[in-house]
Amino acid sequence: MAAAFVAALILGTLLAVALRAEAGRGLGPSEWAAIRFTIWQALWSATLSVALAIPVAKALARRRFPGRSLLIALLGAPFILPVIVAVLGLLAVFGRSGIINVALGWAGLPEVSIYGLHGVVLAHVFFNLPLATRLILQGWQQVPAERFRLAAQLGFGPREMWRIIEAPMLRRVAPPAFAVIFALCVSSFAVALTLGGGPKATTVELAIYQAFRFDFDLGRAALLSCVQLILVGSAALVALRLSGQQGFGAGLDRPVKRWDTGGYGRGVLDGAAIICTALFLILPLSIVVVDGLMGLGRLPTQLWHAAWVSLLVSLGSTALVVLLALPIAIAAASRHGWLEAAGLLGIAASPLVIGTGLFILIYPVADPFDLALPVTALVNAVMALPFALRVLVGPIRDVVSDYGRLSASLGLGGWAWLKLILFPRIRGGLGFACGLTAALSMGDLGVIALFADPETATLPLQMYRLMGSYRMEAASGAALLLLVLSFGLFWAFDRGGRRRAET
Amino acid sequence: MELFQTCSARRILEDAMKYLAFATGLLTATAVVAETPVLTVYTYDSFVSDWGPGPLVEKAFEAQCGCDLKLVGAGDGAALLARIKLEGARSDADIVLGLDTNLIAAARETGLFTDHTVTASYTLPVEWTDPQFVPYDWGYFAFVKDADLESPNNFMALADSDLKIVIQDPRSSTPGLGLLMWVKLAYGDEAKSVWEGLADNVVTVTKGWSEAYGLFLEGEADMVLSYTTSPAYHLIAEEDASKAAAAFDEGHYMQIEVAGKLAASDQPDLADQFLSFMVSDEFQSIIPTTNWMYPAVTPTEGLPKGFETLITPENSLLVPADKAGIVRDAALAEWLDALSK
Repeated sequence: MAAAFVAALILGTLLAVALRAEAGRGLGPSEWAAIRFTIWQALWSATLSVALAIPVAKALARRRFPGRSLLIALLGAPFILPVIVAVLGLLAVFGRSGIINVALGWAGLPEVSIYGLHGVVLAHVFFNLPLATRLILQGWQQVPAERFRLAAQLGFGPREMWRIIEAPMLRRVAPPAFAVIFALCVSSFAVALTLGGGPKATTVELAIYQAFRFDFDLGRAALLSCVQLILVGSAALVALRLSGQQGFGAGLDRPVKRWDTGGYGRGVLDGAAIICTALFLILPLSIVVVDGLMGLGRLPTQLWHAAWVSLLVSLGSTALVVLLALPIAIAAASRHGWLEAAGLLGIAASPLVIGTGLFILIYPVADPFDLALPVTALVNAVMALPFALRVLVGPIRDVVSDYGRLSASLGLGGWAWLKLILFPRIRGGLGFACGLTAALSMGDLGVIALFADPETATLPLQMYRLMGSYRMEAASGAALLLLVLSFGLFWAFDRGGRRRAET
Repeated sequence: MELFQTCSARRILEDAMKYLAFATGLLTATAVVAETPVLTVYTYDSFVSDWGPGPLVEKAFEAQCGCDLKLVGAGDGAALLARIKLEGARSDADIVLGLDTNLIAAARETGLFTDHTVTASYTLPVEWTDPQFVPYDWGYFAFVKDADLESPNNFMALADSDLKIVIQDPRSSTPGLGLLMWVKLAYGDEAKSVWEGLADNVVTVTKGWSEAYGLFLEGEADMVLSYTTSPAYHLIAEEDASKAAAAFDEGHYMQIEVAGKLAASDQPDLADQFLSFMVSDEFQSIIPTTNWMYPAVTPTEGLPKGFETLITPENSLLVPADKAGIVRDAALAEWLDALSK
């Protein structure tokens, strides 16, 4: 039901746009070039994000150190930053007058340029490495404590640990994580263009934008949107096929203790992985924070109202995501694995196409302005759904396979099953999923720009408006406010889920 | 022991539902029907913001019309036109304010706009006789730089220099499109080779004006494509005289922003009244320091102090509205070709 609703929303809006199309032309060479570039950069970005996340997640899974849980929480931060803010933060480190080039200049070395395919990939890794790390870390979490105890008793070395525990676990979590990140990078536009250094870095999303506003060719916009959906859909199916379904079996939910932490070399490797990631994430973020502090004094009053509106929208989407994700995840975990792929379409669909489609659908029956906030909350929920599903399907699948027969023999079902069996075991994942959704929805510009009147503008929209009228300092203040609010929401949900649980 | 956590998931859900219901309630409450006639004006986002012309314009017009002026922001100029096309004749809008000369032909083609009745003595650098669209402000595109930077005085010199520039993508941004037309009009068939020369000066191309200007302020480039009036913002609003525009001897491309009345308006008289108000002193004197453009009719008290420091191009370039579409498509193909190498 819920999955059908999501699919109907995405395909329905697409159809609405396509039906409104007048004349139009098919895909030209420039569109094909855009498709090639999109696939290429998304493959690189997703591969690197997941590959780099593996050692980081491994280190975080087996080390305990002060500030660890703060670092894990911080892993959510880049992902929820508004694109333009994150790009400015990255450029302050890697740009022409950024920290790295200043340091190189000091050392008398030539300047390095961030602009190009490598810049696009760097930015996408910045956004997605933390997400990949969290998803893989969650995979570690699903290995019962008893397995580690047994491994220690049998005297497993690194090679056996890899073969018996880590590799099967990664086979389960890495391909779907790859698919989610691939989907995210496919629909990238502003990041790819800005850091790609010019029209070489044209993505499909930019081509959609062009079809809309440059040519007002709705047919081509719908066609390109289909291309995006096909790209992401096939990546999702491949990933789900590759991903092993076998879980690690039930444990007694005991706290995890790790014995495989000895050895000087391993300690250095883990330490290096953690420190490098922390620096890579924290440097650009701290620049955003410092810039923002200077702009805080210049915030116009309108902004506080916008912050309140954003908060409402964000909590609304979170509720919707729970309502949509739980049934789909339960169904995907027990019978229909492909349902998760349907959920992935949410990030693949262009916000411009969904927004315009909804506008065409709503306009004949109601004033789109009146529905601006519910529509925004709904679209944000659909876009966050794939993340929620990715986080929830794994744990739910374990619960179903480990406790399904026992519950069935006890006649436990419905609400009692949810309450006694499911919720306690997926609490961590659910909190993380809610946190991601709330934060994403808070920071997303999404479709609100198409529907908003001055009273219903959200915080990101107001931030862009400030930037659009020279008020860059106030805009950095707004960005900081946005960061604090999204991160606060994320932290509250995530923390609520992880309380007294092992991560 | 686990009771707390199960409850919290439920409570989060319930809270969120409550907020959503509240948000929906809030929205319907604002849609109460007003007694006074409502004039609806669709415009771009920055016009309606607190710091844009919107609030002052609304106050001034409502003081004389006995009506409710409803300003609705819909993205930027191109998004505005797309919006009107989607809504068609059923639109609530009476006036569309914020199209520019590049969009006029496409807007006229929709057949949704009707003739205006406004006469004014415009202070535009070009003659204005359009029967359907009334100009309210205008400006020149220019590269903005630090005031003490030695800048080239044309595109050729820029291409030969080591200076780095940030520009906007013409496919997603109005200034980006302006630059495309500028080079095309100044160089005609040689435009492509000019772009090939500029390719190594372009640090990057951004989605919109804000990103490009932000990169420039962060020090990513020596110059950014903006308007000759941009330094006036820094001078007047921030008392910062460190920015200037580079004067190019090919002349500068113009942007003229216009408003038009929709044929299907249910308030045609109010709409006419608004268009006349738009070219009056009251409206025109709001424009320079809120929209940071030149007024279409210079108000009697003149331009605000600080505007006299701006460069005034000797040559004004503008592609006539009816040719804009053809020039645009050819210029875009050349641009893509030259910068994709």
